[in-house]
Amino acid sequence: MSVADPAGTLAPAEAPTRAPLDLRPAPGAARWPRMLGAQTRMELTLNLRHGESVLLTLIIPIGLLLFFSAVDVLPSDSRDSVDFLVPGVLALAVMSAAFTGQAISTGFERRYGVLKRLGATPLPRWVLLAGKTLAVLAIEVLQVVLLVAVGLALGWEPRLPGTAAGIGWLAALLVLGTTAFSGLGLFMAGTLRAEATLAAANGVYLLLLLVGGVVFPLSELPGWLRVLAEGLPTAALSEGVRAVLADAASPGAGPVVVLACWAAASVALAARTFRWE
Amino acid sequence: MGEILAVEVVDLVKTYGQARAVDGLSFEVPAGKVTALLGPNGAGKTTTVEICEGFRRADAGTARVLGADPRDPRLRPRVGVMLQSGGMYPGARAEEMLRLVAAHHAHPLDPDALLARVGLVGAPARTPFRRLSGGQKQLLSLAMAVVGRPELVFLDEPTAGLDVRARHDTWDLVEELRTAGVTVVLTTHAMDEAEKLADQVVIINRGRVVAAGAPVELKGGGADGELRFRAPGRLDLDQLLTALPVGSRAVERAGGHYIVSGTVDAAFVAAVMAWCANNGVPATDVRVEQRSLEDVFVDLTGSELTP
Repeated sequence: MSVADPAGTLAPAEAPTRAPLDLRPAPGAARWPRMLGAQTRMELTLNLRHGESVLLTLIIPIGLLLFFSAVDVLPSDSRDSVDFLVPGVLALAVMSAAFTGQAISTGFERRYGVLKRLGATPLPRWVLLAGKTLAVLAIEVLQVVLLVAVGLALGWEPRLPGTAAGIGWLAALLVLGTTAFSGLGLFMAGTLRAEATLAAANGVYLLLLLVGGVVFPLSELPGWLRVLAEGLPTAALSEGVRAVLADAASPGAGPVVVLACWAAASVALAARTFRWE
Repeated sequence: MGEILAVEVVDLVKTYGQARAVDGLSFEVPAGKVTALLGPNGAGKTTTVEICEGFRRADAGTARVLGADPRDPRLRPRVGVMLQSGGMYPGARAEEMLRLVAAHHAHPLDPDALLARVGLVGAPARTPFRRLSGGQKQLLSLAMAVVGRPELVFLDEPTAGLDVRARHDTWDLVEELRTAGVTVVLTTHAMDEAEKLADQVVIINRGRVVAAGAPVELKGGGADGELRFRAPGRLDLDQLLTALPVGSRAVERAGGHYIVSGTVDAAFVAAVMAWCANNGVPATDVRVEQRSLEDVFVDLTGSELTP
């Protein structure tokens, strides 16, 4: 018990328990809600257990929020930097959970044969993917709660265009953004090698952090880059959330259309190219 | 019940690039029995099993599993699978992984009782998969194959990397599965494992079946040994066999090597020697050997089984 015995050569003091097991065949698939609950719980447990995943989805967004609200590198305009930062960091948080984290974990699940092995159980593939999505949404709820709390502590003053309209717009943007980023993450995980996915997902994360309107306004970018950035999902999400939370306005057609296009294209691409082995 | 087939494979072919991993392979697995696919590494055992599990498509030929196409999703609850390696979330604990797979089934075994049965109790049950020893990973993989109470299980190299004790525990579990009416298909390159466990052995080499039958049949129609000697070539072996009990066999190999197999007891040896003396045959290097599946394999393929 106290001595490490990796080879298992030391016999335990007591005989192994031989509780009678009823091995007679009784095959059958569980009902899908039970499978979905088990998959979601496993995904969530693993996400919160892995230090690198917690770092990516919780610590870095909170750290960026604290850092950039204390160190004022932003152009001094009328509004408080925290009012600018909270919407951007919320967008970053969604990207880190739905895209970066999901791409890396799914890439390694494919590499280690987890997806292959689960394909040999009665688990339907749609339940496996739905479990991933529910786990991502649960993490996003946790991110939103923590970021809003930190933001409020830093003096953030959200200005919603009416409570119902504001919550409705935010939920719509969150769902569209999560779909777009999940599609991109699964596309990457389903086609590249796990190591390549790890490198590419982190690289894209950093790139989109810089040009996604997260901590620097898009207006600071050179003209050509700004045009390019506005077509990217991170900028669309951060600008959309910022319009609702900072300007008490609707996000406008631009960000919604950009996110919807990314969502449709990335999910279609992932569905066509994903390989389970 | 005796003639019901759990698996039927006919003329299966699978090619990877230039290499024919499986090259016109056919065999049948009777329901409720233990069948061992025996052969060296690279013989095509895993490819064959993975086609039957629905992971791969054959290039030609057919495989039927429990009367259905192996890729039919309705087979998933009925068939348990043990992969040769991997298949687990690296960060998941053994008990979490087994509970997850149990939750996919309608009437699973109790995961804790099953973990205890395969010896993963205490610390190993709570250890993340990536930190388990090779043997512990194998035992967890075995548990995952049976937790859903399937009718048929495919075990790919179930005892590779196990210590003696875990190996015997695995053998016991396979025998319990058979007693419970579960059909077992396992791959192995261990002769003793095939001889001990299997009702039927299918010997595979270079993607083809070279022999199939009960271990005792393969070893020579119920004979339990063989007598070998050297003598000048072209002996009249038919005449020799008339002097021996019915069912004995005799073959001549290159270089004047003779193998006479049958129930090799003192009378058998005496009869062979008497025949040699009576016919003026100078027999040398006379040896009596128990014939093992290893000998069968070497005879059939001309190569050693040991990978």
